Amino acid sequence: MTPRFAPGATVRVKDDWPERRGPCHIRTPHYIRGRTGTVVRPLGAFANPEDLAFARPAPKRTLYHVLFAQEPIWQEGKPADTLMVEVFEHWLEEA
Amino acid sequence: MAAPPRPDSIALLDRLIAALEAKGIVTEAEIAARQAITDKASPETGARMVARAWTDPAYRALLLSDGKAAAEQMGASMAGAPPLGVLENTPGRHHLVVCTLCSCYPRAVLGYPPNWYKSFAYRSRAVREPRQVLAEWGLNLPDSVEVRVVDSTADYRWMVLPMRPAGTEGWDEARLAALVTRDSLVGVAVPQAT
Repeated sequence: MTPRFAPGATVRVKDDWPERRGPCHIRTPHYIRGRTGTVVRPLGAFANPEDLAFARPAPKRTLYHVLFAQEPIWQEGKPADTLMVEVFEHWLEEA
Repeated sequence: MAAPPRPDSIALLDRLIAALEAKGIVTEAEIAARQAITDKASPETGARMVARAWTDPAYRALLLSDGKAAAEQMGASMAGAPPLGVLENTPGRHHLVVCTLCSCYPRAVLGYPPNWYKSFAYRSRAVREPRQVLAEWGLNLPDSVEVRVVDSTADYRWMVLPMRPAGTEGWDEARLAALVTRDSLVGVAVPQAT
């Protein structure tokens, strides 16, 4: 599985809220949705937890470590401080 | 302290195990084996890995590139365990691990997570005001150090490789490992040579 994004790529996390549409299991924390970050590196391909949780066939998806600045997310904190989060490829778009 | 299990919950567990066995998903022996592995795991494993990395550059490189292989070399049982990522603290960067969604924790090398790691307070505050949380632990980091919060949201488990404290030159691995606490492997503390 070839990763779509390379280390250093600027990406936006989709501003999507599936929990408003019905039962779901999401590993993308709410605080990064709609936020822009930088790909640190692809971490490999893993079965999609959104399907696994409901015992559906779960195709593998590329997982990335994505880096975000803390301050723009919370409007507080030190400018150089960061958050690093595991995000699946289908939650990311080019920014 | 957890309350002792109620008789009806034990009966429910027995029925669940019987159903899993009947469906060929897992046997009671496999459950017992997994329990033994989990009970055996403790932060001492992580501490020995860190002490080895401080004294052996080749092991350090392995630890940072393939945490699972490095843990196996230390005798940890990693069969069926998720990949282990290791976060290297430097003079300019300090890592703090949290799982905001649940309580993902590198159990294979740190054992059972402490209760505070699973608390709503830690999970919500570590990600939003990490410096205040660290200060309450007695760890005050200068502004020149980047605090990098690692939210363990998916398929990896994360352990911190702390910096070797000054004043430990010439110490052997066992003496170094004794400095490495569970808290320093999560990133809420740093090892101190006292």
